[in-house]
Amino acid sequence: MSAQLAAYSTSTGEALQFWVLGTVAVIGALCTVFMKKAVHSALCLAGTMIVLAVFYLANGAYFLGIVQIVVYTGAIMMLFLFVVMLVGVTAADSLKETIKGQRWLALLCGLGFGVLLFAGIANASLKDFDGLGRVNANGNVEGLAALIFTKYVFAFEITGALLITAAVGAMVLTHRERTERARTQRELSQQRVREGKHVPPLPAPGVYARHNAVDIAGLLPDGTPSELTVSKTLRDRGQVRDVSDEAISDLKALEQRAAERLERAEDERPAHKRTEEASK
Amino acid sequence: MDNLIALLIAAPLLGAAVLLCGGRRLDAAGHWIGTALAAASFVLGVVLFGDMLGKAADHRTVTQHLYSWIPVGGFQADVTFRLDQLSMTFVLLITGVGSLIHLYSVGYMEHDERRRRFFGYLNLFLAAMLLLVLADNYLLLYVGWEGVGLASYLLIGFWQHKPSAATAAKKAFLVNRVGDMGLSIAIMLMFTTFGTFAFAPVFADVARTGEGKLTAIGLMLLLAACGKSAQVPLQSWLGDAMEGPTPVSALIHAATMVTAGVYLIVRSGAIFNAAPDARLAVTVVGAVTLLFGAIVGCAKDDIKKALAGSTMSQIGYMVLAAGLGPIGYVFAIMHLVTHGFFKAGLFLGAGSVMHGMNDEVDMRKYGGLRKYMPITFVTFGLGYLAIIGFPGLSGFFSKDKIIEAAFAKGGTEGWILGGAALLGAAITAYYMTRVMLMTFFGEERWRNRATASPQEPDVEPAAEHHGEHAEPHPHESPKVMTIPMIVLAFGSVFAGGIFSIGDRFVHWLEPVTGHSEGHSPVSAMTVTAATLVLLVVGVAIAYAQYGRRPVPVVAPRGSLLTRAARRDLLQDDFNHVVLVRGGEHLTRSLVYVDHTLVDGAVNGTAASVGGLSGRLRRLQNGYARSYAVSMFGGAAVLVALTLLMRAV
Amino acid sequence: MNPVNYLYLAALLFTIGATGVLIRRNAIVVFMCIELMLNACNLAFVVFSRMHGNLDGQIIAFFTMVVAAAEVVVGLAIIVSLFRTRHSASVDDASLMKL
Repeated sequence: MSAQLAAYSTSTGEALQFWVLGTVAVIGALCTVFMKKAVHSALCLAGTMIVLAVFYLANGAYFLGIVQIVVYTGAIMMLFLFVVMLVGVTAADSLKETIKGQRWLALLCGLGFGVLLFAGIANASLKDFDGLGRVNANGNVEGLAALIFTKYVFAFEITGALLITAAVGAMVLTHRERTERARTQRELSQQRVREGKHVPPLPAPGVYARHNAVDIAGLLPDGTPSELTVSKTLRDRGQVRDVSDEAISDLKALEQRAAERLERAEDERPAHKRTEEASK
Repeated sequence: MDNLIALLIAAPLLGAAVLLCGGRRLDAAGHWIGTALAAASFVLGVVLFGDMLGKAADHRTVTQHLYSWIPVGGFQADVTFRLDQLSMTFVLLITGVGSLIHLYSVGYMEHDERRRRFFGYLNLFLAAMLLLVLADNYLLLYVGWEGVGLASYLLIGFWQHKPSAATAAKKAFLVNRVGDMGLSIAIMLMFTTFGTFAFAPVFADVARTGEGKLTAIGLMLLLAACGKSAQVPLQSWLGDAMEGPTPVSALIHAATMVTAGVYLIVRSGAIFNAAPDARLAVTVVGAVTLLFGAIVGCAKDDIKKALAGSTMSQIGYMVLAAGLGPIGYVFAIMHLVTHGFFKAGLFLGAGSVMHGMNDEVDMRKYGGLRKYMPITFVTFGLGYLAIIGFPGLSGFFSKDKIIEAAFAKGGTEGWILGGAALLGAAITAYYMTRVMLMTFFGEERWRNRATASPQEPDVEPAAEHHGEHAEPHPHESPKVMTIPMIVLAFGSVFAGGIFSIGDRFVHWLEPVTGHSEGHSPVSAMTVTAATLVLLVVGVAIAYAQYGRRPVPVVAPRGSLLTRAARRDLLQDDFNHVVLVRGGEHLTRSLVYVDHTLVDGAVNGTAASVGGLSGRLRRLQNGYARSYAVSMFGGAAVLVALTLLMRAV
Repeated sequence: MNPVNYLYLAALLFTIGATGVLIRRNAIVVFMCIELMLNACNLAFVVFSRMHGNLDGQIIAFFTMVVAAAEVVVGLAIIVSLFRTRHSASVDDASLMKL
């Protein structure tokens, strides 16, 4: 990829690069659409974007190639990942369609649109490629800068305003104004007593804990799990693990193993302490 | 002098306005104001009459143009009054008899709290009737026509606290509306045919117009006359109109209201002359009503309703005469005038009797009253002799002429009409003798009423109201009531003679209505003789039935005809079955059509639009992705179109 | 190789992105697909720039990136607040605008 980019056709190296990376880009795009988990989608999209950055560079848009990597892959995709974390990493949504006929209509439209675009491109007489050799002679960044600060200066200024507005808008949207004074701990405890429920602290999770076990519901005396013992966030995400139906023998074996390993200390420590140790 | 015509109407109209708007402070003097203004109108009428007599016979018609009422392009309606011999006759009758009735009412209504209002309505009645007869075009006549209808409604329903009176007023108004519709259609036809509705141009153009249109106009005018003059088939309101105070009945029957129809036909004589079919219809209506009214009059025990039947019958004579054409117009009007005198006298006499008998109207509870009310007896008796056509009195001259004219029509029609008129004369003699005998002769059936008949079958609500089952004390009415009766009795006796001797009335009216002598197949003397013979027969039968035998207090069941006649020959039943039921069925079917067809179409359109919208609404399912598909599809279509445009 | 192939690639990526927008329900993934569409457009701009031998296409691509950055900021903020109120990131759950 020298500065003398071919006007009419590309070098063999570029052709090879196009076919290999183009395939990667298409696969990445397809994965973005069809991956179940949003995190995977985001990663695939990031890959596609890096490929596109390479293509920008190949087409003589050096500045844009770098910006693509820094801004898109770096900043924007990070933003996406942050939001995915915020909303729930493992919250995989099913790909089952709920709106009747939506999928078929979408595929039909997509196919039709794609065919039309291809036909349009094929129809257009795109034979002459001037190449960027002449305009990039003084350096790509300098050329862009000359255009931005002369011909496109107003658009540039307005994009500045747009960015400011977007930043303010994002803050307005995500910021929650407190409309009343925050209640003190004293008031909260008084309210709890007045309402008469959950006066003591909530019960702890993890009766048969094997790891840190905050996602395993504690069991009630009759053996049924109590959702109350698990954090509300986990409940909302549907990440509560239920072990009540696991085989009793497995549990028994687990206890047995733990008892054997800790036999020496049995007389010194209380029983519940032992299980805690076992979980480690 | 000619500019005073408007004052004839203005005087009673002013009286009506003052009395109706004046409020309670006029209560004390209101009745005298009303009477004075009516009398003023009469005096003015007499003055104008004298002026008219001073002119040559052909120059007596005068008009007064007051102002242009509705000047819209080709539609010209003026407030113009026309005073000729015909309207002069009516003016004198209306104001003269009207003033006497006003005077009488002063006494009759003495104890009524709303007397001032009553006189206001009476004045309004006079004003409307005067406007009717003085108008120079049909549209202005129509105003008076409707005014008469309004005033009659107000007066018939004057005792509106009685449901029967309120119903009777409503009935009179509604039946009259049918006739009014006829008049309005006639006026519209005139406007399309002649382009105007003023009398003179319309009558001048008659010769140039086809007979069919004239017949149509004539029939519509006949319908109008039937409504106002209570002719078959629009006669049903007259009997019920007796619910009004007796002076109102006198006014309606003698001077105003019912004479309007006769006036209309005679005034439109030019049209009827050119439309023989319409004229035939008029004579048929007149003859039928003549007999109808007479038969009803025979069966009624209510003195006022018997007189009402008599009025219907006498107006039938007039309409019959008017339908005969130029040979009858003059006699129709002559009978109208004489009838005005004696019928007013009879009604005022009846009112006087009721006044003395605690408002009792059932003649079966009268009897032997001649000793107690001598003046009433004499005046009523003279009116009675006049109406049955006793030789020398008014009715004799006028009715005789009509019967002669009916025969003079010639052919089979002449015989039939003449025969009907003769038969009517006999029946008239019968029922009037019956009224006379039951009221003034025989035993005093009003004594011991309470014990004699503890369960009276048809006690009038009014009598009930007074709560006087005790024995009445018949007495003569005060002078203010008897004087009008005496004056009218003079008219009843002498009017016919004055009019007939030397054919004065014929010469008087001839320039307006025209007159021609018919060729009667029977001589005048024969007709007169036959009339007299039938008169005697009628009186004799009545005497045999009511004079020689005691009159039962409770009416016997009677023959089928009697019972039918008591129910006004089933007129109301006929109306109910044919018109009310028919109307109900028609309305129901129309409602059905409206509900199924019209509403069906409207609702069907709405429902189909709604259904279509409901289906289109499914596109709006709230899912953003669904909308996105639409957008994407649209974008694809746009791309396709762009490519197509490029390709082309 | 003809550089037109880049354009075909851009069209393909755009179509995949658009179809993804229509198919996926997770608002974040939908948003990513939109980014994919924008990137496809950028690629086309860059290729056109090379074709015509001037830098205007690259300028437009640059502006697109800026606008996309602004859009991502606002869009993600909307998603976050949506999730906060509904506890769901599904675009189908925000379907109150229907009967």
